[in-house]
Amino acid sequence: MAKRIVSFTLNGRAHDGVVPDNTLLLDYLREGLGLTGTKTGCDGGECGACTVLVDGRAQLSCLTLVGQVAGTSVETVESLAHNGRLSDVQEGFHMKLGAQCGACTPGFVMATEALLRRNPAPDDDDIREALGSNICRCTGYIKILDAVHHAAARRRGEEPAPYPPLPEKAA
Amino acid sequence: MDALHAFEVIRPATVEEALAARQAHPESRMIGGGTDILVNIRRGIETPPVLIDTNDLADLKSIEVSENGLVIGASVRLYEVAEHPEVRRLYPAVAQAAGSIAGPTQRNMGTVGGNICLDTRCIYYNQSEWWREANDHCLKTELGEMCHVAPKSKGVCFATYSGDLAPAMLLFGGEIDLLGPDGARTVSMRDFFIGYSRQDGSTGDGIDYMAIRPGEFVLRIRAAAPGNLVSGYDKVRIRRSIEYPVAGCAAAVARDGDRLADLRIAITGTNPRPVFLEGAADLASGALDDATVQGIDDLCKDQLMSMKTTFTPGHYRRRVATKMAIRLVRELFEAAA
Repeated sequence: MAKRIVSFTLNGRAHDGVVPDNTLLLDYLREGLGLTGTKTGCDGGECGACTVLVDGRAQLSCLTLVGQVAGTSVETVESLAHNGRLSDVQEGFHMKLGAQCGACTPGFVMATEALLRRNPAPDDDDIREALGSNICRCTGYIKILDAVHHAAARRRGEEPAPYPPLPEKAA
Repeated sequence: MDALHAFEVIRPATVEEALAARQAHPESRMIGGGTDILVNIRRGIETPPVLIDTNDLADLKSIEVSENGLVIGASVRLYEVAEHPEVRRLYPAVAQAAGSIAGPTQRNMGTVGGNICLDTRCIYYNQSEWWREANDHCLKTELGEMCHVAPKSKGVCFATYSGDLAPAMLLFGGEIDLLGPDGARTVSMRDFFIGYSRQDGSTGDGIDYMAIRPGEFVLRIRAAAPGNLVSGYDKVRIRRSIEYPVAGCAAAVARDGDRLADLRIAITGTNPRPVFLEGAADLASGALDDATVQGIDDLCKDQLMSMKTTFTPGHYRRRVATKMAIRLVRELFEAAA
């Protein structure tokens, strides 16, 4: 099958790839470029594990052909940490135990990144709405809400809310 | 899921180029966001040799609201419709319907044209090739001859239409601009969706659920000015995001004092077409009372189908749609006061 050159910005750097037309962005990132941070989940657009940012908006890389991102800016979870320091969103998921098995986490992190760029002070409903395309079978989502609040506070330059104190033991 | 079969992608820069590509490749399919067709391709349901990418068609990317009505290009993303301030103000049912499709990430990708032409769905159809082969292919694909939902269906398919925009647009006399080898034409949505599945051969067989001619594709969708209609959209799903609807309901009312002056209801997720409830306007003759409610109930019983094409039983979907329609009409009538 014919291949063609697809040019786009990947994680801030200009990238030219030579790809067949029927290549999915997810497969290209993981197998072509070795960027395995983006995960394959349901593989059918139902779980959000493969979420990446295209021009700053969350998109499912399992349902995007590489040719469709020509001329855009693609960001994956690999773009977030700098010099070994986690980004505020990654730190939030780490500190507030927003990840358990971790398979859905890169997708949640990227969807959260897209949310915080648009809305620096989201409330619970905003977060639930913005992460509506991502599914987590471990956490029950409460820890993920905490993680996003933590990240949002960090990004606003505030000290994130500590955990509420443990209830005192009955004597 | 299976690996993608070999296909070519053409990315036309103008509508004319898209038409030429469509004529050069009769077996081609259009791709916008890919959230419907790529899933079907990966399941081996469709194997088009050529995909025509509509993302560079700048002419089809605008939303226009004027006193003549609403015009939305086929390549407009669903989130753009949901967030558009004038659509939200004048056509709340359309904005709410767009905002309720799948989840936020899918709405960043999916296009208006794709949602209007959304393939009909069935538990025997939207499965992997392996699953369908093991169960014997159904008649909606070329490989099968029998309908598993209704084995005595006489060649008729009952797969469910579940697009959300179509019912909302139907409230406002929705129309579709099509372009094909014979030129451009505008079709009323009520004539466009032909999934009646009547077994006497009088109308569409449900396999072909759209009155679209070979080589044609959707350019824009149109709605008339809302006048004094107050509209809204409601939807029930097994899970509140991503999932396809158990049923979706768009409704519009006009209120004159304590009197219901106009009533329009359209329902999706039950039949192989979006159902514009025939006879709803006749119920708008007085107060919104028990008789009106009973009238809506009767229309739904008469016009909504109850075939088990999804994981919820058909009669349950019909009941959900009916209750939702009644609740929505009551809410809109209150809001219109």
